[in-house]
Formats: sequence, structure tokens, C-alpha cells
Amino acid sequence: MRQFPIRILIAKPGLDGHDRGAKVIARGLRDAGMEVIYTGLRQSPQMIAEAALQEDVDIVGLSILSGSHMTLVPAIRAEMDAMDLASVPLVLGGILPDEDQRALLEGGVNAIFGPGASLGAIVSAIERLCARPADQST
Amino acid sequence: MRAASRSVDLNLQGIRSGDRRALSRFLTLVENNRDAVADQLAELPPPFDDNQIIGVTGPPGSGKSTLIAALTKLYRERGRSVAIVAVDPSSPFTGGALLGDRIRLKALAGDKGVFIRSMASRGSLGGLAWRTQDVVRVMVSAGFDYVIVETVGAGQTEVDIARLSPTTIVVQAPGAGDDVQANKAGLLEIADILVVNKSDLPGAERAKNALQAMLDLGRPTKTQAQDNPIWVPPIVLTSAIEERGINDLAERIASQFRYLQKHGLLVEFQERQLRAEFMHRLRETLQGRLFDTFTAEEFAGIIRRMVQERIDPQRAVDQLLQNLEFRRRK
Repeated sequence: MRQFPIRILIAKPGLDGHDRGAKVIARGLRDAGMEVIYTGLRQSPQMIAEAALQEDVDIVGLSILSGSHMTLVPAIRAEMDAMDLASVPLVLGGILPDEDQRALLEGGVNAIFGPGASLGAIVSAIERLCARPADQST
Repeated sequence: MRAASRSVDLNLQGIRSGDRRALSRFLTLVENNRDAVADQLAELPPPFDDNQIIGVTGPPGSGKSTLIAALTKLYRERGRSVAIVAVDPSSPFTGGALLGDRIRLKALAGDKGVFIRSMASRGSLGGLAWRTQDVVRVMVSAGFDYVIVETVGAGQTEVDIARLSPTTIVVQAPGAGDDVQANKAGLLEIADILVVNKSDLPGAERAKNALQAMLDLGRPTKTQAQDNPIWVPPIVLTSAIEERGINDLAERIASQFRYLQKHGLLVEFQERQLRAEFMHRLRETLQGRLFDTFTAEEFAGIIRRMVQERIDPQRAVDQLLQNLEFRRRK
């Protein structure tokens, strides 16, 4: 059992200016007892990985509605891996075609939430991904 | 791979040599499990000698984060490194928090001379988090030239920052109230430097005049000032978003620090700080040990009796403690 709140980075990569979804999620995760660090709009892959490193988050959530997920998401995963953050899970929210989802899930993304995903399902997926073995919790 | 990357370098070598990942992981331990790193923290010297710790406080929305971004940019142009510790409030209901200070600090992202760490207050009410002081000490030992601490949006009584930073900046925005508001005790009293930010908005001069009147009422007479050096806080007009007044602010910060050094006031501050920190930790430790003595069932029983038998809360506390031995002075 974790004693401390999950720390999650919510980031908006690329030139996508639609942050209503990210804000709804950030607020919902806050209300679920998590410490949510929100980066704001127009983040480069390198900025997102660097923020994840500085904040030592348990997990990173991306919100993408621009359609450029096949370029941005692998770049973010690669930046994170290069910064020794390979063990930090990455989840996505947004509108993504099925075949892209399959490719991303195979390429290092841990979960994808599309339109209609309930907050409860998102929270429990994040909690599951952040559960660490007891011997690594200290 | 997973296990290896999760392990933390518990000696401070990595942090001192600039390993950002080691620093970041260590800060998490400081926040979540201080006992695990108590020995390492005890090694750290009190952080007042050369490095400058700057506290920035003020009401929500007065522009603290934007001001810090502008100030940091200026320090970076001068080749100095900056760590920023930004505290935002935790929910008293869920324990969750929305830490949004990075949004305003966006322009600094990716600069290796800057390290930003967000902290949730986790129930602490003085404007900082319980572990902010420890986090600042670690940042100092990591070698940052400046450590800037941003408090939660402060009202009138969140003044913990004054015992952490020898330089405390209180940020106000135009329209914050009349001159009687300015004379109330608390937040404005702890200012070493007063900033009227958003000076691009109407009312900035008026806000400055109200603060000036406040300072004039409290200004010492000449004879008092001769016996005892007294720093009178300057009032700086800034527009962080237009990056105006920032040079002036940096100059005031530097001269206040020189003043502290010249009059030996840093030593005095350090004594005051250590006394306050000792009391703070004594309370915290005693409370923790006391709570460990009782089981959850015992607490539940007390609450139940208070409700059912209408026992006064102070009476319930006295009854609970009467079996504990305390060394009394009288």
C-alpha cells in the first residue's frame, strides 16, 4: 500500500492548443488524491522528459488532439528512456485511430484513453501502473 | 533494469557532481521518507553562507511565478544557475494537489542551468510544505547559485517563508486594498523587498503609495536607527509579463544581501532560523511519537465518547494524556 500521493505529470505536447481535456483530467486526478503537475501548452518532447525528470513523477500523461501523435509520442518515449526514465509509465488521452493505438501500445505506451473513458477507469489504470513492488517503495 | 533505475544513490556524491536524476530521486525521499536520508541531511551545512536563498510570497494571482521566471531569466543571462522550489496547496479533503507553477516557468524548460521542483503543501498551513527547508538545503548543496522558493498563494498569516529565506520578497498587485490593509500585521511585515507587480495595470502608483505610507508609519527615528541597523524595505514596481523592473529588483536583492553581510545580520538570521526550525521539528516529532503511542481504535473510542457523553474536547485531551508521564516544570 502506498503511503504517499501518486505524482503525475500532465503534458500537452506539440502545437495543439486544446487543453480542456487535459484540465478536466488534471482536476479529476487531483480530486482522486494525486499530486498533478500540469505543464501547460506547447511542450516539446525534450521539455516534457526534462519536467518528468525534475519532478520525479511516478507516471506521465499526455493529452493530444492534434493528430501528430505518431511523431510526438515515440519522440517523448525516446527522450524519457535516454534520461533513465524508462521505468516511468506513459499514458495517452485523445482521439487516436485504432491502428495507431496498437502501434503505440507496442512501442512503449502503457495505456490509451479515448473519448468516453470514465474518470474512474482512468484513475484505477493509473493506480495500477504506479503500484510498485514493496521492496522498491523506499 | 527497472529495479536498478529505481534505486537511489544515498550518498550525496552524485548530487554534488550535478547528476540531475540523483538530485530528483533524493528530493522524493526527503519528501516521502525523510528517515531514510536523515544521516545524509544531517551532513549538510546550514545554507546561508554564499548561496542566496530568495523567498517569494504574495496573494494568489499576484504574479509570483511570472516574476520568478523573469528574474531567473536575468540570472541565467548573467551565467548563474537557479533552482526553483514552487509550493502549491494540497486539498484538505483528498490530499490531492494541482501543481501549476511550471506553466508560468515554461520559458525556462530545457535550460540545464535551471532546476524546478513543485511541492504540494501536504497539510502544512504556513505557506510552505513540511519538507521545503530540507529541499532547499539539498538544492544548495547541489551547487545552485540561487535557490528561489515560491510559497503557496498567501493571505495574511502564511509567514513561514520568513524563517527560511534571508531575503523575502512580498508581491502585491494593484487594487489590493487601502492603507489600513497595508498596516495590518502579518505578510507585509516579513517583506525585505516589496514588489508591486502588474504595474502595467491602473492603480499601481496608488498601491505603491499605500505601501510607502505603511513603511513611513513604522520607520524608526534617526537615533534608533543609529543604535541598531534597520533595513527599510524598498518598493519596486515591476511588470513581470513585460519584463519591466526586473533589473531594478535584482539590484535591490543584491543590495539587501550586501546589507545583511555588512552588518553581521546573516548570523543573527541563522540563529533565529535555527531556533524556529528546532521548535517546528520538536512539535512535529513529539506529535508523531505521541500519535504512535495510541491505536486507531483508541482514537475512535475517544471520538465516540465525546459525541455520546458530550465530553468537552479539552477534557478528552486531558483524560487521554493523564496516563502519560510528562516532566513538569512546576
